[in-house]
This record gives sequence, C-alpha cells and structure tokens, in this order.
Amino acid sequence: MFNAILQPWPWWLSGILIGLMVPGMYLLSGKGFGISSSLRHIGSACTPNSGIAYIRENDWRANLWNIVFIVGIALGGFVANFFLSAAPVEFLPASYYSLGGFIQLLLGGVLVGFGTRYAGGCTSGHAINGISNLNWPSMVATAFFFVGGLIATWGLGSLLF
Amino acid sequence: MTQHTLSDFDDAQEQVGMSTAAYARVLTMGIFFGVVLVKSEVVRWQRIHDMFLFKEPHMYLIIGTAVVVGMISMLIIKRFEVKTVEGDPIVYQPKPFNPGVIIGGTIFGLGWAITGACPGPIYAQIGAGEWPAILTFIGAMAGMYLYGYLRPKLPH
Repeated sequence: MFNAILQPWPWWLSGILIGLMVPGMYLLSGKGFGISSSLRHIGSACTPNSGIAYIRENDWRANLWNIVFIVGIALGGFVANFFLSAAPVEFLPASYYSLGGFIQLLLGGVLVGFGTRYAGGCTSGHAINGISNLNWPSMVATAFFFVGGLIATWGLGSLLF
Repeated sequence: MTQHTLSDFDDAQEQVGMSTAAYARVLTMGIFFGVVLVKSEVVRWQRIHDMFLFKEPHMYLIIGTAVVVGMISMLIIKRFEVKTVEGDPIVYQPKPFNPGVIIGGTIFGLGWAITGACPGPIYAQIGAGEWPAILTFIGAMAGMYLYGYLRPKLPH
C-alpha cells in the first residue's frame, strides 16, 4: 500500500482529490477554492503604500487565508517530493537549467501573473471551482486558457521548446 | 472592505480575518493540495506540454474528473443546503464576465504552456525545492504588478 503511494498517483484518484478541494474549501473555511489572487495579496502585504491602486486599495488581511493556503501548498510540495516519492520528481526539463530557460520562466511567469489577474482567476478558481459552479464566464476563461496554451505550444513551439 | 469599486472582482471578501482554527484548516487543505499536485504530476512541465500536444490524456482526465466531482459536490451542497463547519451558509460568488476573461485568459494560457505551471504548481514546485520556479514566481508577481498598473487603461 505504502509503495503505491510513493508512485505517481493514477488520474482518477488525482482528479477525485482535486475535485474534492471545491467542497473541502467551502466546508472547512467558507472560501471558494482559488489561488491566483494570492499574488495580489502578497503584493499588497509587501507594498501596502504602492502607487498602484489595485495593490494599495486591497485588504490583504481580510484575505490572509489565501496566503496561508499557498504556504500550505508549498509545504505539501516539500512533503510529497521528499517523503512520499520513490524517486525525485522531474518538475522542469533539464533544458530549463540555462540562461535561456531562466528567461523563459521569468517572462512566462509575467504572462501567468498578468493573465490570471486580468482574467480574474486561474485553473483552480475558473476551471475547477468556476465550472463546478456552472459559472459560464469561467467556462469561457478555461477555453481561452487552452487557446493561449495551444498558441504557445504549436505556434511558438519551434522557437521555445 | 473600504474599496467598493474593486468589490466586483474575485479578491473581495466581506469579513476581515478568520479564527486561528480556520487558518489551521486552510493550511491543512493547502498541504493536502500541494501533495496532490505533486503526486498527480500536474506540477510537471512535461505533463502540461504533452497536454497541449494532445500526446496523452492524463491532464484532460484529471481536470475532467475534478470538474465532475466538484460539480456533484456543489449540487449536493446546494440541494441539502450544507453549511460550513462553523455553521455559515455556503455561497459561490460568481466571477463576472468581461473582456479580461478572453484576453487575460489567453495570456495566462501562453504563460502556462511556457512555464509548465499555473499558480498552484508554482508554489508546490518552490516548496519541493525546484528553485528555478522562484523565477516563475518573481515573473508572476511582476505580471500582477503590471496588470495593476495598466488596469485603468485595460477594457473591463
């Protein structure tokens, strides 16, 4: 049994457990499952007097749970990689350990931060929680997440990867 | 909340703070989700790449299953008016439609494919010791600031 835990988990178990985050967050905290707004709250906590109204006029203390949640995610990543994996997990391909790779991560990260905030959510808040609640703008957002991903992978693929 | 003009966005919450026990529950959920993200391999760049290449169904099956489980859970919560552990009603706050859903959504998709990480996996990767993910995080913070700066000029 424990050996099975140390292997990558099957898709159906993974899917069920991720899906249970939706009711789990509501039942245990009363909050909707979502992650990308943490970027904004971290910004507001670090630069409360920012010249940017979006950062300054945001009550990060009222949303502290979101930062606590992502600290938990990081801890969970640590536990899973070092205590619950038979072999170290290969997160990024070796090619990303290069100057070009670092620039790609940095610039790609800018797109993730800008895009999720402009869209008002990411894969968790829109694709999982939003669609679970039959929120049609979340379905549109998810469709365009894939449009962007397909453009990058198929259109820019030969340049990037 | 002092700023009502921002209240139509997802970050707005009405009450300030939570009990220590509630924070502990949120932290536990975070740890659980971090473990699931790694063990499901959703945090691997290769899995995201193979999803966009339609090379393997792994990610589609996971997302599809998660949505079905989430949907059934919400139907049960609504049907039986299930309350939180603290006895409060459970209310989904719909995310509104605006052009950002399309433009921002596409931009996020580009970044998702390039970095192999959406926001959750960025934190899980960092926690797991994959240090280049710190660059993804710094980029994401810069992107968030850039959005905040350009927000008054962007169509909403």
